[in-house]
Amino acid sequence: MLRTLSRRLALSVPLFFVVTFLTFVLMALTPGGVSATILGTSATPAKIAELNRQLGLNRPILVQYWDWLSDAGHGNLGNSVVNNEAVTRLLGDGLPVTLSLIVGAVVVAVVLGVPLGVLSARRARTGGQVVDALSLVGYAVPNYFLGIMLGYLFSNVLDVLPASGYTPPAVSLSGWFESITLPVLTLGLPGAALLARQTRQSMIEVLGRDYIRSLRARGISEPVIVYKHALRNAMGNVVTLLGIYVVGLLLGTTLIETVFAMRGLGSVAVTATSQHDLPVIEGAALYFTIIVVVAFVLVDLIRAWLNPKLRSQ
Amino acid sequence: MRTPVPDAEPARPRRWRRSLTGPSWLAIVAAAVLLLLIVAAVFAPWIAPYKPTVNELGDAYQTPSLEHLLGTDEFGRDLLSRIIYGGRVSLIGVAEAVGVFVVLGATLGVVAGYVGGLVDTVVTWVADVFFALPGIIVILATLSILANNITAAMLLLGVLGAPALAVFMAGATKTVRAEPYIAAARVTGLRTRQILVRHVVPQVIAPLTVQVSLFAGAALLFQTGLDFLGLGTQPPQPSWGAMVNDGASHLGRDLWMVVPPGAVVLLAVMSLGLLGDALQDLRRGRLRAPAPVNTHAYRARTDRDEPDARAVAASAEPETVLAVRELSVATEDSGRTPIVDNVTFELRAGSCLGIVGESGCGKTMTALAVIGLLPDGVTTTGGSVTFAGKDLIGGAPRSYRTVRGSGIAMISQEPVANLDPSFTVGAQIAEVVRRHAHVRHKQAYQEALRLLTQVRLPDAKQVAKRYPHQLSGGMAQRVVIAAALAGRPKVLIADEPTTALDVTVQAEILQLLRELRRETGLAMILVSHDWGIIADSCDAAVVMYAGQVVEESAISQMFEHPRHPYSEGLMRSNPYYALNTRAQLPSIRGSVPRLGDWPLGCRFAPRCGYATEECLTAQVELLSVDTGHWTRCIHSDQVAAPGEVLAS
Repeated sequence: MLRTLSRRLALSVPLFFVVTFLTFVLMALTPGGVSATILGTSATPAKIAELNRQLGLNRPILVQYWDWLSDAGHGNLGNSVVNNEAVTRLLGDGLPVTLSLIVGAVVVAVVLGVPLGVLSARRARTGGQVVDALSLVGYAVPNYFLGIMLGYLFSNVLDVLPASGYTPPAVSLSGWFESITLPVLTLGLPGAALLARQTRQSMIEVLGRDYIRSLRARGISEPVIVYKHALRNAMGNVVTLLGIYVVGLLLGTTLIETVFAMRGLGSVAVTATSQHDLPVIEGAALYFTIIVVVAFVLVDLIRAWLNPKLRSQ
Repeated sequence: MRTPVPDAEPARPRRWRRSLTGPSWLAIVAAAVLLLLIVAAVFAPWIAPYKPTVNELGDAYQTPSLEHLLGTDEFGRDLLSRIIYGGRVSLIGVAEAVGVFVVLGATLGVVAGYVGGLVDTVVTWVADVFFALPGIIVILATLSILANNITAAMLLLGVLGAPALAVFMAGATKTVRAEPYIAAARVTGLRTRQILVRHVVPQVIAPLTVQVSLFAGAALLFQTGLDFLGLGTQPPQPSWGAMVNDGASHLGRDLWMVVPPGAVVLLAVMSLGLLGDALQDLRRGRLRAPAPVNTHAYRARTDRDEPDARAVAASAEPETVLAVRELSVATEDSGRTPIVDNVTFELRAGSCLGIVGESGCGKTMTALAVIGLLPDGVTTTGGSVTFAGKDLIGGAPRSYRTVRGSGIAMISQEPVANLDPSFTVGAQIAEVVRRHAHVRHKQAYQEALRLLTQVRLPDAKQVAKRYPHQLSGGMAQRVVIAAALAGRPKVLIADEPTTALDVTVQAEILQLLRELRRETGLAMILVSHDWGIIADSCDAAVVMYAGQVVEESAISQMFEHPRHPYSEGLMRSNPYYALNTRAQLPSIRGSVPRLGDWPLGCRFAPRCGYATEECLTAQVELLSVDTGHWTRCIHSDQVAAPGEVLAS
């Protein structure tokens, strides 16, 4: 248990460095760099060199990286080169949006996907075909396309949900719920299909195990066998897939925040990308990495809780 | 524990017989769709009806018509033509990503898998880090520097995906490497490179194609996603992602513009997914191609005109706890291959009945049919199982539910595999107690502790807290027995209960079962291939061959004088009998016939030393040779006791 966690954390350390250093190196490779962006059309080589010197961008890259790291350690991620806003504030505003979407999507995926997978495992043939078809569509549908279609249906046609924007829960809880419903469904429905497929496969595998037959031979009732014994043993793989799904959601939220015009981490990063606003991207890289690490630690904890073999390791 | 990757090949339902089918029509359609999209993109200038970037403002916002099959956009540009041309950036992008993915991932993987050791460790470690890497942010950072450089983004995507492939391929390579012919190739002095190219690579191509098609789908979604965000292909150049975005900004006017490009992406990715599934199925099929099933007419007749003579003779005497009559089991598929054929026996209260035979004779299937737990694809096709006066097979569908655990219980071969790995021993036994006795949790747990003591486990309290993986085989089998006894059953079916255990432990478990029978008056059906075990534990025995009962009698009678050549052969090949002689341990020549391939006459005739012409032509009924002694042999008077045979 402790070993699992410490291994996960040990792997996370290089992950932080790989991601942040990679983005940093890319930053340094930029022709003209940040200064060219700040100066915009008035940039001349002389002016760029001058600004680089002022900003300390002419120092060796490792020195710059060290500075960034120690600043980051003190909670300072620098300022946006576009509007000089603090990166921590910019991203701090986006974080609740993105977290709302990720948590919401995971909830939708689990609440819809796992029961569907269990039910279809019980009706092997037809259930399998339905779940296979759904998961194929779930895998294939571009989520920006699904988002637009859902937005059109529920907002333009039915006019029951807002098509864009984000309402913080502090402002209005119902408003928050309405504002995230469509994006969460857009992200969560394909996830539900993927989870259903994994749940189904794992359930079928577990239900074929010897101990399930033994439980039946001992007279344990079928619902108890399915929902207490088989489901618990099948959930390990499902939880693992959930971790991978969360990593994928970072791309998903980036697209969906754009579709639904929400200022989350992803859309802030996309705007920064088109504006060459590197400090913001660097900060977003850090935030994304933290989200991934937290997700994987949670996955490890849940798996260990489910599986005594992992716990005793 | 390393980063968990979900099973690369999740288990599918175990079917009794799976047929090897070619690619489904869906896979063919998918391949055709992909081919069409690729050809259209490559030959766009010749195929597209309009130029993709020429504005015809007069034709703006059209819905499909003969002139514009998919309608037009806000500049009056033909959507079909833009989709045909737009496929080009997607095609190139996906090709770039897949190229890097394959070259990097497969090479690293095959080398790591073949060389193993440090290289493998490093690759796994790097993959673990990359696995959790939020790739989108790295690619966004790249695009912020190399503005709109979709090539760089897609190449990077390939790099980011490669370690996962490397780990997968390393696994596949390790499997191939373990094959004997690789060792043989090494011994004959082939160079590593030659072995890799000639022997390893061809074997791992198949799993690779599956991964590639799935990755290509993800890459296409990614590429169109970047175009959708406006980070890739720039207007007025057409691209599927940008077209969706373009359409989205005119939603207020009409939804249509979004549909064709979105649907094309959906269709393309779906086709890649279907192709991946089909490749996977093909591969599985090849790996587990079923044994061809012989369907020629030379098959045993299973439906009888007359009832089994013995079934009529055996009347339900009061002391009989379990009566099995003319029980038949067959596969559920169209072939209806018989597995168990008209088996009849009965079990008296407190007694032990042995079922003996080689593997594939239907012993276990008989046992499973008795407790109503046949595997999927196999079903009871006739007969009855009467317990406590009720027919379980012909009776209400729920009748088994009231009987299992409290009436009939079962233990089987692999003790650890028969315990749920996620719950403690105590919890699992207490659950059974609660199910049958309706007591409180605490009482149930106390009863579980008592049961653990009853199966002679020292320190029951400690054992109760353990998980199955913390038990030895012998302990686990005691726990399994305790769980089986928890419902206070009258009958225990023990299917090869000691086969998976060490010899010393075997004796202990058999001793325990004998003692428990004495203490509780439990009747037992003991399934075994080992005459020694049967002789020590049972009062009577049923010998099964090719799905049939071939001999039945009290155990002493059977050993004194077996009346079926198969029983005799089994006894003679038992080491127990060979101890006194210097002769080589004899074995029965030939092997058990395959399911559904049973000879027409006496099923044992092809392996039998006594067989005559008569044996080959007509089925043999069970014949009474002595009181309570039945045999399915017309030459039973010639069969000698093994002791006599060996002495001569």
